[in-house]
This record gives sequence, structure tokens and C-alpha cells, in this order.
Amino acid sequence: MHGFDVRVGPISYRIGSAWAAPIAVLRRLYAGYPAPADGIATVTARIGPPRPWRRWIRPQVAIEGDHNLPDTVPMAFGHALLAIEMAMNMQVALGECRHLLIHASAVERGGKALIMPGDSGSGKSTLAALLAERGWRLLADEFVMIDLATGRLIPFPRAISLKNSAIAEAEARVADPARFGPHLSATPKGELRHLRPNAEAIARMDEPAEPALILFPSYGFEPASDGVSRSELFMRLTEGSTNYIALGEPAFDHVLRIVETIPAARFAYPDTDSGIAIVEQFCAEAGL
Amino acid sequence: MKDARALATALADPVSTLGLAPDGWTSLLAIARAERLDGSLAYRLADMPLPAPVARALEDARAQAEFGRTQALWEVEMARRALAPLGIAPILLKGSAFAFAGLPAAIGRVVGDLDILLPRERLDEAEAALLAAGFEWAKDDDYSQAYYRRWMHELPPLVHRDRGSMIDVHHSILPLTARRRPDAAALIEDSVEVAPGLRILSPADMIVHAATHLFADGDLAGGLRNLWDVDRLLRLFAAAPGFWARLDARARRHQMIEPVALALRLADRLFATPVEPRLAGHDRMRDTLFVRRLLARDGWGRSIRPFNRLGFYVRSHWMRMPPLMLARHLWIKARAK
Repeated sequence: MHGFDVRVGPISYRIGSAWAAPIAVLRRLYAGYPAPADGIATVTARIGPPRPWRRWIRPQVAIEGDHNLPDTVPMAFGHALLAIEMAMNMQVALGECRHLLIHASAVERGGKALIMPGDSGSGKSTLAALLAERGWRLLADEFVMIDLATGRLIPFPRAISLKNSAIAEAEARVADPARFGPHLSATPKGELRHLRPNAEAIARMDEPAEPALILFPSYGFEPASDGVSRSELFMRLTEGSTNYIALGEPAFDHVLRIVETIPAARFAYPDTDSGIAIVEQFCAEAGL
Repeated sequence: MKDARALATALADPVSTLGLAPDGWTSLLAIARAERLDGSLAYRLADMPLPAPVARALEDARAQAEFGRTQALWEVEMARRALAPLGIAPILLKGSAFAFAGLPAAIGRVVGDLDILLPRERLDEAEAALLAAGFEWAKDDDYSQAYYRRWMHELPPLVHRDRGSMIDVHHSILPLTARRRPDAAALIEDSVEVAPGLRILSPADMIVHAATHLFADGDLAGGLRNLWDVDRLLRLFAAAPGFWARLDARARRHQMIEPVALALRLADRLFATPVEPRLAGHDRMRDTLFVRRLLARDGWGRSIRPFNRLGFYVRSHWMRMPPLMLARHLWIKARAK
């Protein structure tokens, strides 16, 4: 087993692979990330052959770890990096019980966080990745973690997973090619390339931010925006959370506080530049 | 770490963890989660000086166990409400029984499905009441339904349509096709009321059931967890005068003397559980095979020893039904896939 320990925000991973190559790629992608505190990784994510012979003959990777979903489909060996990302995500989605999880991306400016929930394809990752190249700090691109003690947002800045047209957009705006992972083509999620967050996002990963604005993006439509009712906001934040129910009353209280105190809106945008312009407009009005 | 021995040692003797290196802790956590004993481990180590990251991880495991306990108790209450109007007091089995009765085996333990035992002649009424209370069949094909009803010791599993929770309604503790024939009427007769409308097995029968579950029904998946139950239960029950004699008598009555003896020997070997030597008997050669199966997990939490595992898988079916019936059963299952 080939291994690599890395800390992303509050999660200290031990990542294992039956093959050496995916770990080498992962090490490059996560260059500059800290090691686990006290040298003790507390969460294991791993990939391995679904059947023993799949290690050598037409190799396939199964997504595994401390916490497992039944019936995950093995992936092609060429997509091992995506499999590792999914294994890492699975541990957070199923195992995290210290922080409330919200399915969203998030960026910060002046200590205040903009949270962008959204389904796959809404553009939440792309917008967060590009805002993070324009003076914002990336906090999360998939899992927003809310500290149940303070209500603050705990950064979880893992490598951003860029998909399809977002890849070229990011390549045009990020100068350093070393921050990109390899091109993965024809994955179950389409074309895919990982982007390491910039040095500031990594250096300040232990610095929480105050939730200040929630925007629901929808990519691929004419520019439009609309308010989001508090009841809808409550539903959308909780339906995308894998641990809301398990965390019980404290989670309810925090979602309620967010819903009652933080402004929220939805907007549609046809392309990234107009998306960023709309976001900046909202942020200016909300004082971010 | 070669296998899951470190987990067994840590559970039995928390002080043994004082010497663990950082990667030893990582492995111990991975093995404990894979065996679903992380909650139990977390409570066992609660008073130990622990490295900060480990302390946090175990605190989380305790929180998850506490949530699981709340849910398990709620499911017990839901079953009670469904069956009380019929005058049926279900006998809670395994995790739900431990949790409801507040036994030490429940501390940190995961509780899976709700398992209850009822007199066979009340099964039809109970089934109707549970269906009316919102449970639905998890397997509703004709073969599964007929197979469970004719040969098994339980109804086909029921899942609640809103809560997604599963309930297994038993009328015995082994399939009707198995070679050993436990005395279901005696289990029910000796059961103990723990609250109005809710019962648990008598202490001796609880051990017999745990041994049955471990060695006479199934391929030992999750075996370490079941053996840990045996350890926790025996440490509590053994103090009662006459317990070992009662256990001996009950094990004979249920035709379970060998599985019970094996459970005692293995608990002694892995957890240093105090057991009655005359009942446990001498170590046998094949005990080692069971130990190797129970500990078949590497430091990454992966299953190891595939041939040993396969052997126990074959054994589980072999014990469960006669060969011709097994062949027919596997044939039908294979064609359905």
C-alpha cells in the first residue's frame, strides 16, 4: 500500500493506494499542504482493486476508506485521482460530526464569507475558483463546514475539481501551471482537472470566516436574479447536508440563525465574466 | 500492523495504547471503524491520556454512538406502539436490547436493525400491525417471501416507508432448516420484562443467542463486535450466583453447547474475559482458524485472509440448510441476478 498523509482544514487524512502512480500525482497536487497535527492522521481514504486481479489486469479502482457507501461503482485506472477525491469526500460526507456540512462553495473577503450552494453544474466551484484569483480567499469548493460552537465557517480548501468548460476558464486565469493536476477525460463527471488553491488559501486554512451572504448560482441562462424566501433557504441548506439530522438540535439552531440573519438570493448567468460581475454587485450591496 | 489484534488488545486493555506511535493510532482508528467498534473503543479509552487528534476523533465517535442510541430507542418505541394494542410484548434482541436495558454492552455500540422475537403463533397479527404502522417489505419477490416464511426464523425484512429503518421479526434464533434446533418457546418463557410491553432475553439466553449469532449463523462478518458483546455481557452476568450452571443448562437445552463453549474460549483468548473453564473446555486446533477470521483486517482497515473468509462463508451456508436445498437456493438466487 502506498500512502500519503495530508491535512485539509480540520480533516487529517491518510490516503492509501494499491498503486504508486496515483499517490505521486496526489503529492504534486497537494504540494504545500500541512501534515496532520502531531503526525496523526485520523481519517483513512483509499483506493484499491475491486477484485485482486484488477490490480494488474485491466486495472480498476474502487473507492474505499473508514466510511463506505454500498455499491459505489469502480472506476477506470486512468481516473484514479478522481477516485481518490471521491474517497476523501466520502469520509467527510459520512464521517464528519463536529461541523455542520452544507453542500456549497465559499470564498472570503475581509473576514466575511460568501456561500454559494448549488447542484452539480450550477457553476459554484468555477465561480469560487475564479473569485479566489481576484482577491478573494477560497474557503471551500464542495463542503462548507459550520462550527457548531461558534457558527463560523471553517475552511476546507481541498483541491478544486474543475469540470468541462471551467477547465479552460481557469487555465486562462491561473498563471502557474504547477497548480493544475493532470487532464482526466471521459470521467463519469465529464472532462475534469484539479486545481490547487493558491498559497494564501492554504496558508490561512485554519482561519475561520463569518457567514455573510448566500447566493445560489445557475449557469447557462440569461442574467436574472431573485430573492430566496427564508423557508426555501432552510430547505435548500438542509437537503444538501449529509449530517444535518445526525447533529440534531445544535444544527437546527445554526441553520435557523443563518436563515434569519443572512441575506440570500439566486441569480442566473450566461458566462463566467457576467457571473463574477453579478456576484461582485451583490457583495457590494451586502457590504462584503 | 499485521491484523486487528491491536484493536482487540486496546479494547481489553486500554493502557496498552500508551505506547502507540502516530501511525499505530491511524491504523487503530481505521480498524475500529471497519469493525464498527469505534464507538466502543471511544468509551473504553475515554479516561486515557490521548494525543489531541485522537481524542477529537474519539469524541466524534462517541457523539455518533449517542445519536445511534437515540435512534435505536426511538425505533423500539415505535415497535412497542405498533404491537401494544394486540397485547404483544416484543422481546428485544441484540443491540436494541442492550441499549434499552442499559447494559454495558450498549456503551458506544452501533445498533443496526431492530430485531425482535415473538411467539410464532402471533406472527401474522404482528405482521399486519407493522404493515399498518408504515412498514413495507424490503424484498417483495415471490421467492424471497416464500423462502423466509417457509424456512427462516424470521419474517422477510420490513423497512419503514418514512424513516427508512429496518425491523426483523423473529420467531426463533436459527433458521428452521439449520441442524441445531434452539427451543424458541423456552427463550420466550424465560424472557424478562424491562418496561411495560417490552421484554429482553434472560441473561443465560442472551449469551446463547450471542454465541448462536456468532458461530451458528453467518460467516463471522462483524464477529469481533459480537464477541465484544459476549465479553461485556459475561463480565456483568458472571457475578450472579449460579450463572455458569444456568448457562450450561440453557446452552444444552438450545442444542448450543459447542457454540457457547467456543464463544467463551475465544472471548478469553481475545479479551481475557473471565470464563468458567469447565464450560469453555480445552482449546481446539480449529479455534485458531476462528481467531484468524475474527482478526482478518489489516492496518488500512482492509479485509485480509481471503481463503479463510471464503471457508467461513461456505460454512455459514452449509450449517444453514441441507446440501440439496442449498443448491436449489443458490441456483434461484443466481438466476435472479
